[in-house]
Amino acid sequence: MLAEVGHFSLIIALSVALLQATLPLWGAHRNYTLWMAVARPAALVQFLFVVLAFVSLIALFLQNDFTVSYVAMQSNSHLPYWYKISAVWGGHEGSLLLWVLILAGWSAAVAVFSSTLPLDAVSRILAVMGWISIGFLLFILLTSNPFDRLLPNFPLDGNDLNPLLQDVGLIMHPPTLYMGYVGFSVVFAFAIAGLLSGQLDSAWARWSRPWTLIAWCFLTVGIALGSWWAYYELGWGGWWFWDPVENASVMPWLSGTALLHALSVTEKRKVFKAWTVMLAIITFSLSLLGTFLVRSGVLTSVHAFANDPERGLFILGFLAIVVGGSLTLFAFRASLFQVQGRYQLLSRETLLMFGNLLLMVATFAVLLGTLFPLISDALNFGKLSVGPPYFNLVFTPLAFAALLLMGAAPFIQWKKQEISSLIFSLRWQALLAVVLGIAVPWLYFDRIYWQVVLATGFSVWLAISMLKDLKNKTCHGTHFFAGLAALSRSYKGMILAHSGIAVLVIGACYTSFYSTEMNVRLQTNDSVTINEFRYVWLGVKTRQEQNYIATVGQVDVYRGDSLFARLYPEKRVYTVRQNVMTEAAIDGSLMRDLYVALGDSFDDGAWALRISHKPFVRWVWLGALISALGGGLALTDRRFRLQRAASSAAAEGVAPGLKVNA
Amino acid sequence: MNQKKTWLYLLPLLVFVVLGALLLNSLGKDPQLLPSAKLGKPLPNFKLPVLGKEGSFISAGQLKGQVFMLNVWATWCPSCRIEHPVLNQLAAEGVIIYGLNYKDTPDDALNYLQTLGNPYKKVISDTRGDLGLDLGVYGAPETYLVDANGIIIYRHVGVVTQENWLSTLKPLLEQSRRTATDERGQK
Repeated sequence: MLAEVGHFSLIIALSVALLQATLPLWGAHRNYTLWMAVARPAALVQFLFVVLAFVSLIALFLQNDFTVSYVAMQSNSHLPYWYKISAVWGGHEGSLLLWVLILAGWSAAVAVFSSTLPLDAVSRILAVMGWISIGFLLFILLTSNPFDRLLPNFPLDGNDLNPLLQDVGLIMHPPTLYMGYVGFSVVFAFAIAGLLSGQLDSAWARWSRPWTLIAWCFLTVGIALGSWWAYYELGWGGWWFWDPVENASVMPWLSGTALLHALSVTEKRKVFKAWTVMLAIITFSLSLLGTFLVRSGVLTSVHAFANDPERGLFILGFLAIVVGGSLTLFAFRASLFQVQGRYQLLSRETLLMFGNLLLMVATFAVLLGTLFPLISDALNFGKLSVGPPYFNLVFTPLAFAALLLMGAAPFIQWKKQEISSLIFSLRWQALLAVVLGIAVPWLYFDRIYWQVVLATGFSVWLAISMLKDLKNKTCHGTHFFAGLAALSRSYKGMILAHSGIAVLVIGACYTSFYSTEMNVRLQTNDSVTINEFRYVWLGVKTRQEQNYIATVGQVDVYRGDSLFARLYPEKRVYTVRQNVMTEAAIDGSLMRDLYVALGDSFDDGAWALRISHKPFVRWVWLGALISALGGGLALTDRRFRLQRAASSAAAEGVAPGLKVNA
Repeated sequence: MNQKKTWLYLLPLLVFVVLGALLLNSLGKDPQLLPSAKLGKPLPNFKLPVLGKEGSFISAGQLKGQVFMLNVWATWCPSCRIEHPVLNQLAAEGVIIYGLNYKDTPDDALNYLQTLGNPYKKVISDTRGDLGLDLGVYGAPETYLVDANGIIIYRHVGVVTQENWLSTLKPLLEQSRRTATDERGQK
């Protein structure tokens, strides 16, 4: 019964989406207020029915209804209930439903929080989101219905959730990531609405900014969560693999970052409009491409647990309509938004343009690397893949250049900057960066590499620049904290977000160059010493859990003569699928992680262990979180709300006159 | 100036069309299948070091006379870690598996096997990826089934799981093992 409720809810949601996609769009074109008024309620009703479908699916999982094929495939009666819930998005069908749920959620949010927007703009935006929703709902209903029944021969128990996914990180990772991916659909809809109406003023940029920023924050946290999960769950201490699915998430992040900056230029200086619109289209297209890559099976990946070429064809067709359509629209309409910019070669506008270019070059490099096997195959070179060496080679110089620009940005004025005064204000900062860049690795580590020196130097450069700018801007207050409180939250957010990148670069670089790893074979009470720590192996015990049997080892870590940490690395055998999983034991701290993974046992009772010492590895995720936090802080800026209210009043006054007839 | 700019606005669309054609092209091809040219052909000739055995080499000729799986893996490949327990189990069941350590550093590879267990009879150390290139390896992991005459009878791209082992790989292996015994019987 519940499966049918879910199925019908999806069909109703599809019909509502059809209304939402057509009536308001036509209404906005012909200026029929009544038709435009359909947009908001339609978005809310659609959301309601998708929620109903999603809740039905959760209920089916909780009830162990194995007559539903998707439940039988993904779940098992012995699974703890929180994994039964997360199993909902553990497979293809459910993760698409989650996609649609989040899209409907974003549409509903636009419907609710758009009271200051002119009605025709809201109508167009929600109509565009309606079209996207139609595509995905059709995809689910035609090719990937999670509510399909297995009757009359249904299994007595389910196939179990892939043990790799039975993990807290995986409960959180997909929803967060999808919030980011799908969140970019809002700014995409804004851009298409703007192209359709011919209205792209700075108010457009101001409305788009907070939506883009929320999506960006979610995506940042989502990627960090995925990397953190790979670090402790795959059991090998790596935190980034340049795997196609990881690349699929990092591409929209890079171009979304470019978009954020371009939007701020468009808002403040009214230039780069066409470029910004293009970025909005590209960013969401890359989110769709990510879905295509993961779901179609053209590339093999650790995360692609289910794939199917027929579904791939559907997504590709959908991609062709959405991306091809919007880029065609862009090609015909973008020339409307040409503005003669008034700025010199050395100015903040140019600087941001360079930053944007760097980010887009990086995006393109990732795209090229990810699709390289397909490209070389199409050109008959055979299928060749490029690995981490390619990405590291391309990314290192781009990252350094980006740090350089970020560190110079606060001291370059809009419109025009005198080069002599720029050099004057940056001289101490540059000197300090060089000195610390050499001194810090020299004093802290026993070996020194030029990459480490550069990474340290550029990060110091950025950090000092942020601090110096903060000091300059707070010196007018009576004291530092009064000055700090007077600063706008979006400014403080910017400082935080950029500082986060410096932290991330330091973490990524130090952990790559200074990690120590050892594979040892130990008898009970044997010990091994790595750096200043002595690891004593105390043998294993077994533990029976609801859905797996664990072999738990114990390692006591001593520093000098005192006990420093107790680590319990595990090997788990999941009973239903008989899969073996490694659970590494980690003693984490800001400056280093001690990481112990359990290997195999030997006949004589000894065990193989992999012990690693990973300096600064947490800085990678810490940096990403600081950046996301910065984004979140900027989001709470009251300026956004005030300006939105003010600008919409202005826009409503002029809107009808500016309309370009298509 | 204006004309030139308008042309520029078409550029993203053109790039996308090329990209779309590329994706469509690869969609038609199932990445799980070997380009037909290699199926039914003998293993390419090679002479490469054996992992963990200083100074010892292995060549295509030495592998003849047995039905085996050739598993392409690397420490940089996360999917390989997923299939590894399955390979261990198959090895324990008596399946002959040779490893092809693809574009990897031998030390890392040895560490990996020490921690995860070693399902391989021998591991061919293909650090430069020469044999991989000859085989047309698309990425790790990949698994080839080779019969007693050294002919490639099947190529599996991606992770070996309990399911695809039982449904495809096992029947193929058993069938070619039977043919091998029959041939020997006739001689």
